[in-house]
Amino acid sequence: MTGLPSLAVFKFASCDGCQLSLLDCEDELLTLAGQVQIAHFTEASSTVLPGPYDIALVEGSITTREDAERIRLVREQATTLVTIGACASAGGIQALRNSADIDEFRAVVYASPQYIDTLATSTPISDHVSVDLDLRGCPVDRTQLLETICALLVGRKPDLPDASVCTECKRRGLTCVTVAAATPCLGPVTHAGCGALCPAVDRGCYGCFGPMTGANVPAMAERLQAGGMRPRTVDLVLSSFNGTAFQTTVPVGRRGRP
Amino acid sequence: MTDRQLSVSALARVEGEGALRIAVAGQQVTAVELRIYEPPRFFEAFLRGRSYTEVSDITSRICGICPVAYQTSAWNAIEDLCGIDPGADIVALRRLLYCGEWISSHALHIYLLHAPDFLGLPDGIALASAHRDIMERGLRLKKAGNTILETVGGRAIHPVNPRLGGFHRAPTDAELKALEDPLRRALQDALETVRWVSTFDFPDVELEDELLAVHHPDHYAIESGQIATSRGLGFTARGFAEHVEEHQVPHSTALHATLDGARYLTGPLARYSINSSQLSPLARQAADEAGLGATCHNPYRSIVVRSVETVYAVEEALRLVGAYRRPGRPSVEVPAVAGTGHGVSEAPRGLLYHRYRLDPDGVIESATIIPPTSQNQAAIEADLRRTVSDHLHLDDAALTSLCERTIRNHDPCISCAAHFLDLTMERA
Repeated sequence: MTGLPSLAVFKFASCDGCQLSLLDCEDELLTLAGQVQIAHFTEASSTVLPGPYDIALVEGSITTREDAERIRLVREQATTLVTIGACASAGGIQALRNSADIDEFRAVVYASPQYIDTLATSTPISDHVSVDLDLRGCPVDRTQLLETICALLVGRKPDLPDASVCTECKRRGLTCVTVAAATPCLGPVTHAGCGALCPAVDRGCYGCFGPMTGANVPAMAERLQAGGMRPRTVDLVLSSFNGTAFQTTVPVGRRGRP
Repeated sequence: MTDRQLSVSALARVEGEGALRIAVAGQQVTAVELRIYEPPRFFEAFLRGRSYTEVSDITSRICGICPVAYQTSAWNAIEDLCGIDPGADIVALRRLLYCGEWISSHALHIYLLHAPDFLGLPDGIALASAHRDIMERGLRLKKAGNTILETVGGRAIHPVNPRLGGFHRAPTDAELKALEDPLRRALQDALETVRWVSTFDFPDVELEDELLAVHHPDHYAIESGQIATSRGLGFTARGFAEHVEEHQVPHSTALHATLDGARYLTGPLARYSINSSQLSPLARQAADEAGLGATCHNPYRSIVVRSVETVYAVEEALRLVGAYRRPGRPSVEVPAVAGTGHGVSEAPRGLLYHRYRLDPDGVIESATIIPPTSQNQAAIEADLRRTVSDHLHLDDAALTSLCERTIRNHDPCISCAAHFLDLTMERA
């Protein structure tokens, strides 16, 4: 034992991209490795140390009975549990199964569906255990990931503003793609954190950080339709990497009404 | 000798979740199962009903390590169906983006996942403790790849700038010019990487599987081309389904693929053996100095092949940056056409095949995605079977460790293959 705080990384149903974000901190990785004991990070190390863990980073959504049980064991061993990315926050793109017939889905992909053990739904980690911090994004932003780990190591609250992508876009001095080019953009309802990557390449935000708290999604949907988008396309645009999180967000001012 | 069972419940230093189960009765290996228990995510099912313009953003999410491969094979399939050629400027920018992914992914595998095996270390952090300068070189190389991805793609993981028909915004000449200094440094780092890995101790193993890779007449194939095999077979992406068949095995959420009924191998060994004559003079010289011939069938030496390919990809990126002139339009229109499109490209781990059927409005009616690891699963199991048979004198711990190395030689990407590892070894 080194006496350093322990860091563990756990994977559930996901693409590995959010934990890869940690290895993508090329300039900081070796410094970070000197500040923590990496106790469990299967993708990066053969060393597996037993819990408890000071910080557990959890990637991915819950899609099997085994994983529903495993996340409880992770929670029991974690002092601070941080979900990283849209799969863990909201069920991920694989939550598109939640409104479908799972037996039919299994049969489309696998010739012998009976071998495949899966739940009918892909659910966020917070549906199963309590979550201490939630890092948004598909994938997470590595600056936010580092900020969160550093804050936890020194015992302060991480700076993760719950604002819209629009605020980041304005701060970067970008031209609004909707105003200037009538490009559909989910920036007004999407949680900040990416630094307005899409508007920076003349593209509308596609919502991969999920809804900000109190986002007025109905108004956004009306705006998209007023811009000429067909209702079916609006539905597609609002249901992608964060499952159904946009549709289930309650706008500010409508909470608590009957 | 008595019966034995060996198992690894969670394979380390591979992308995604897998396990291994091996059973031995006396001197006979009775079962080798590379178990892929990563939960299935059903991409091919929920792609149905989505728009053809969304496919590359969605399939990107199959793998955080090789998203550009998923985006590229998707565009190739759909643009082929719709009869659209995006033009030389856009194809060159796509190749540059893909070079970024090769550099970043290869550096990750070489330094963080594979090299520790040759040095008897548990991970890259231990390697950094022993040789900080070496790990710093690896991370610098990886960063150079990610810098290309961020400059051209807008983001390293799940790039936002590329789209069907091209890009949302073409980078400016000055933005690409800024890549030259880090890439010149990366070229030196890549050459030193080849020299470093060539000093490792390589067990004498030769695989006899047929090899399959994308081949392009004009250059070392990355983002496009036709399909070639080591037996001299050649066919287009359209012919892939006639030769390659996927079937299911009970122990895996990944489907196994066969080429004309037999197991085969795709990935760096296949690419190098089929296309090595097309390497640049500098990459060729690096390969010669590292002791590689015209072909390579030794899975341990795949780390040398990846290093040589990294030299090539950095040089190619420098060439593309030098030749870049910002295209007048960042993308071309791709009007939807009803029918079935097929696309291939060389992901860092091997050939990635996509097939889509569209209706006249461009809505996806069916999708089939065959990643490198499901194509390689039978060959990896065959390699494991031979490895166990040849090393039955080892105790369980040593044999299990050797099996894990055997798997990592192939750099399986389980996140991709779960549609796709845990080692159990049974010596009955």
